Formats: sequence, structure tokens, C-alpha cells
Amino acid sequence: MEVAKELLAGNRLALSRAITAIENEYEEATDIMKELYPHTGHAYVLGITGPPGAGKSTLTEKIAKAYREQGKTVGIIAVDPTSPFTGGAILGDRIRMNSLTLDEGVFIRSMGTRGSLGGLSHKTADAVKALDAFGKDIIIVETVGVGQSEVDIVKAADTTIVVLIPGMGDDIQAIKAGILEIGDLFTVNKSDLDGADKLVREINMMLDLDSLMTDWRPPISKVIASQGEGIDLLLADVGKHRQYIEGNGELARRRTKRAKDELLDILGAGIERRIKTHISDRLNGYVEQMKKHETDPYTLVNGILAEMLK
Amino acid sequence: MEKKIRVLVAKPGLDGHDRGAKVIARALRDAGFEVIYTGLRQTPEQIAEAALQEDVNVVAMSILSGAHPHLFPKVVNLLHEKGMKDVLIIGGGVIPEADIPALKEAGIAAVFTPGTNTSDVVDFIKNNVKM
Ligand code: B12
Ligand SMILES: Nc1nc2c(ncn2[C@@H]2O[C@H](COP(=O)(O)OP(=O)(O)OP(=O)(O)O)[C@@H](O)[C@H]2O)c(=O)[nH]1
Ligand SMILES: [Mg+2]
Repeated sequence: MEVAKELLAGNRLALSRAITAIENEYEEATDIMKELYPHTGHAYVLGITGPPGAGKSTLTEKIAKAYREQGKTVGIIAVDPTSPFTGGAILGDRIRMNSLTLDEGVFIRSMGTRGSLGGLSHKTADAVKALDAFGKDIIIVETVGVGQSEVDIVKAADTTIVVLIPGMGDDIQAIKAGILEIGDLFTVNKSDLDGADKLVREINMMLDLDSLMTDWRPPISKVIASQGEGIDLLLADVGKHRQYIEGNGELARRRTKRAKDELLDILGAGIERRIKTHISDRLNGYVEQMKKHETDPYTLVNGILAEMLK
Repeated sequence: MEKKIRVLVAKPGLDGHDRGAKVIARALRDAGFEVIYTGLRQTPEQIAEAALQEDVNVVAMSILSGAHPHLFPKVVNLLHEKGMKDVLIIGGGVIPEADIPALKEAGIAAVFTPGTNTSDVVDFIKNNVKM
């Protein structure tokens, strides 16, 4: 199968195979990405993050439904943790999204983190590109349940929604450092439970203390994802944020930064591979010299770089 | 990145017995597979479509209610219609010996009944999966 061509022609199996090639780093993945790249950049990417069990998947389903009612097509990447011990994973986000499975305007793919620590997998960004090239209007990325440091979602998403739930007690203190700083929007899910208004107040207080505050103050909404309540208001806030960052150049800046990071990442990985191959015969000799303290790694690296980059 | 075996563990039909499916899902995860679990009460159409979107190598279905003669072959046909020709399809649950030959004929590669040792399932998948 000519995966990239079939994908661009709208073949769902080809889209699925392309994501597998990307995820497993098959040799053909580079060629697939080359063909898809010119067709990317049209989708709007929405990140959904928050602690484990906050209702991210349930909310994702309801948001996707709402966009479908507006006539938009939706791609979803749902990330769950890979066990560092066995390398296995149970990817369970789909359980909450079963009502979307038979809608041809929606494509859902589950991914394991496979060793990545930032809340996504290393290949999530490329999988998003595949959905983008396929023609999805909106792409929703659900992160793993996060604590405070898994903030890679901001690099992948245009708008990031942080989902919190009442009854987290002092947890909000603990997570404020990391994920509270990345929210373009906050939503308090499970507002049917006690403590939702208290949580809204706490988030507000936290935002008051934020010294980096720009003229966008993240709105805080209350939703009951399991009953589909509050979704319209949340989407209206997403729309406002999109308008805001489109209007003031922030979206362009975010995407420029993303492109730059991507280029440097691929360049760095390519150089590393080339250099490692180039010195593979000499590597053990160098290590021996270091062990005998005849030379040091800094001198060696300077020599190798001078030789290769002239 | 090494290839990972991806498995869809699915419960077709209205049968609410899900312990077996969960035991299998956990055992496959512990064997290093990526397991997509979609929960109870899936139609054959939902199972086949989820298998396509997830590009799984294995579809593993569990039925204890007796609805297997109808539901298992239906999923096989839908998967083939969608172009998922290489996918390994296995089943398990309360399934009378007498029904097994017909299920194999219909494209179910193996059937695992109560008392199955999960390591046998892991070995069967490792030995028969096409990737
Ligand atoms: C526990 C149980 C229940 C629990 C279920 C709890 C749950 N959430 O799962 C409850 C009490 C809710 C229940 C209810 C009912 N049950 Co009940 N239940 C059982 C019982 C006693 C054990 C099933 C079990 O959990 N076993 C433990 C698990 C780990 O084993 P397992 O599922 O067999 O899985 C193993 C293998 O089969 C295999 N396997 C299973 N699936 C798969 C899939 C793959 C891909 C692979 C590789 C392997 C594999 O590997 C597993 C590990 O070895 C069985 C009798 C029996 N001995 O099987 C009856 C049984 C399944 N139930 C039965 C019935 C009739 C019912 C009810 C209709 C009763 C009623 N009239 O209300 C309801 C229906 C519920 C519903 N909504 O569907 C009948 C089914 C009859 C039939 N097939 O013709 C059985 C066989 C009892 C009987 N002898 O009559 N039940
Ligand atoms: N009371 C209540 N429960 C909810 C609500 N939304 C979701 N839930 C329940 O919360 C539980 C977790 O929901 P998920 O959507 O799986 O949460 P998640 O954040 O995706 O979980 P992980 O991906 O495992 O981190 C499920 O039992 C949901 O039914 C809500 O608005 N109110
Ligand atoms: Mg989830």
C-alpha cells in the first residue's frame, strides 16, 4: 500500500498504518512524513490535560461530539502510560469514547508513552501531523494523567485545557507549579460533586498570584462531562482563546517555535546518528584512553567535531 | 523503537461478564503488549472499526453468554471487509468444545476456555502474530 498517497486520498486504514509506521519508527516513516508535511498546518490542536481520573477522556468525547454537531471533523490522540517495567500498557481511554467509534468523521488513536516522561509519547506530534494531513479540522490530544512536570502538551497544542476536579484537597498546591502554568483555560469537571465552587475560587487565587500574567486571563469553567453539561460554554472559551491568539500573533509565534524545535530535534538526532556511526570503530579505543587517563572526553569531542564539521 | 504487539481486547454483545477479559488484558500488558480495552457491550461493527483505527495485530474477544456462534464470525467478516487481513483473531470464555471447530472454520485462530493459563495465551500470540 502506498501509505501516504492513500492517506491523502482519505483511506482510514492507510492513516492507521501511517501512525504505526511513525510510532514504531519504521524506515518508511521518514518518506511518509515528507509526503504528508505539505498538507499539514490546517488543523487546530486542542490539548486536554489534568490529573489521573479527572475525566479527560469523558470530556474529550463530549467536546468531539460538540464539534461534530458544528460539522467539523475530529481526530483524537489519547495517551496512556507504558509500564517502565514490562514495556506493556493498557490503553483504556477509548472506553469513554465508544459513542464516537462509528462516526466516520472521527478517528481515535491510543498511544502508550513508551518511555517518554512529559505526558505524551515522543511520536505524538508526528501522529497529530498525520491526522492533520488526513484533513481533520480539530485534533484533540489527551495526555496521560499528570502530576506537576508533564507539560509537553504545550509544545503540541494550540490551546491547552487543564481539567481539575473538586476534592483534590491540598493537591492543588502541589500541582500549581507545573500544570497550572500551562493552562490557557481551566475547567472544573465533576461539578456535580461538592467543592466545585471552592476549587474555582482557589484557581482564581492562584491566577491572581501569577506574575507572568499577560492580558489573557485563563477563563475557568465548570462542567459535568459525564452528563455533557457546560460543554457549550467551554467551547465558547476555546473559541475566544483561539481568536485571541490568532489576533495578536501568539498562534503564529507558538507554531514558529514548534517548527524551530522540530527542525533542531531532527537535526540533532541526525547529527548524533552520523557521528556515532562515523566513530564507531574508534569508540572503544577512546574509552580505553580515558580509562587510563591519557586524555579527557572534552579534548576527544573537540577533536571529533573539528574533524567532522570542517 | 522496537515493534510492539498491539491487541484489542473486546467484549462483543450484551454479555456483562468481564472478569476474564480483564484478566487477559492485564496478562497481555504484563507480557509487554499494548492492550486497547474498549469495555463492555461492543457491537461487531464497533470492534472492527476500533481495530482498524488502532491498527492492532490481534483482536481478542471474550464471551461467556453463549452468543459466540453468531458474534465471533461476524467480527471476522467485518475485519476482512475493512482490509485487516493479517490480524490474528482469537476468542475465549464459556464456549462448548463442540462449537470450536466451526469457529476455527470461520477464522478464529484459537479458542481459550475456563481454566486457561494466561501464559498459554501469551505464547500463542507470540508464535502466531504477523507483523
Ligand atoms: C462470576 C460470574 C458472574 C458474575 C460476573 C461478574 C463479572 N463482572 O464478570 C455475575 C454474578 C454478575 C454473573 C451474572 C450472570 N451470569 Co454468570 N457466571 C459467573 C461465573 C461463576 C464465573 C465467571 C468468571 O468470572 N470467571 C473467572 C474468569 C477469570 O474466567 P473466564 O471468564 O472463564 O476467563 C478465563 C478463560 O475463559 C479465558 N478467557 C475468557 N475470555 C477470553 C478471551 C480471550 C481473548 C482469551 C484468549 C481467553 C479468554 O481466559 C480466562 C483466564 O483463564 C460463570 C461460571 C463459570 N464457571 O464460568 C457464570 C456464568 C458465565 N454465568 C452465567 C449466567 C447465565 C449469568 C446470568 C445470565 C445469570 C442470571 N440469570 O442473572 C447473569 C448475566 C450477567 C450479564 N449481565 O451478562 C452462565 C452462562 C451460561 C451460558 N454460557 O450458557 C455461567 C456459565 C454459569 C452457568 N454454568 O450457568 N455471573
Ligand atoms: N461524578 C462525575 N464523574 C465523572 C464526570 N466525568 C467523568 N466522570 C467519571 O470519572 C471517571 C474517570 O473518567 P475518565 O474520563 O476515564 O478520566 P481520565 O481523566 O480520562 O482518566 P485517565 O485517562 O485514566 O487519567 C469515570 O468513572 C467517569 O465516569 C463528572 O462530570 N462527574
Ligand atoms: Mg483518559
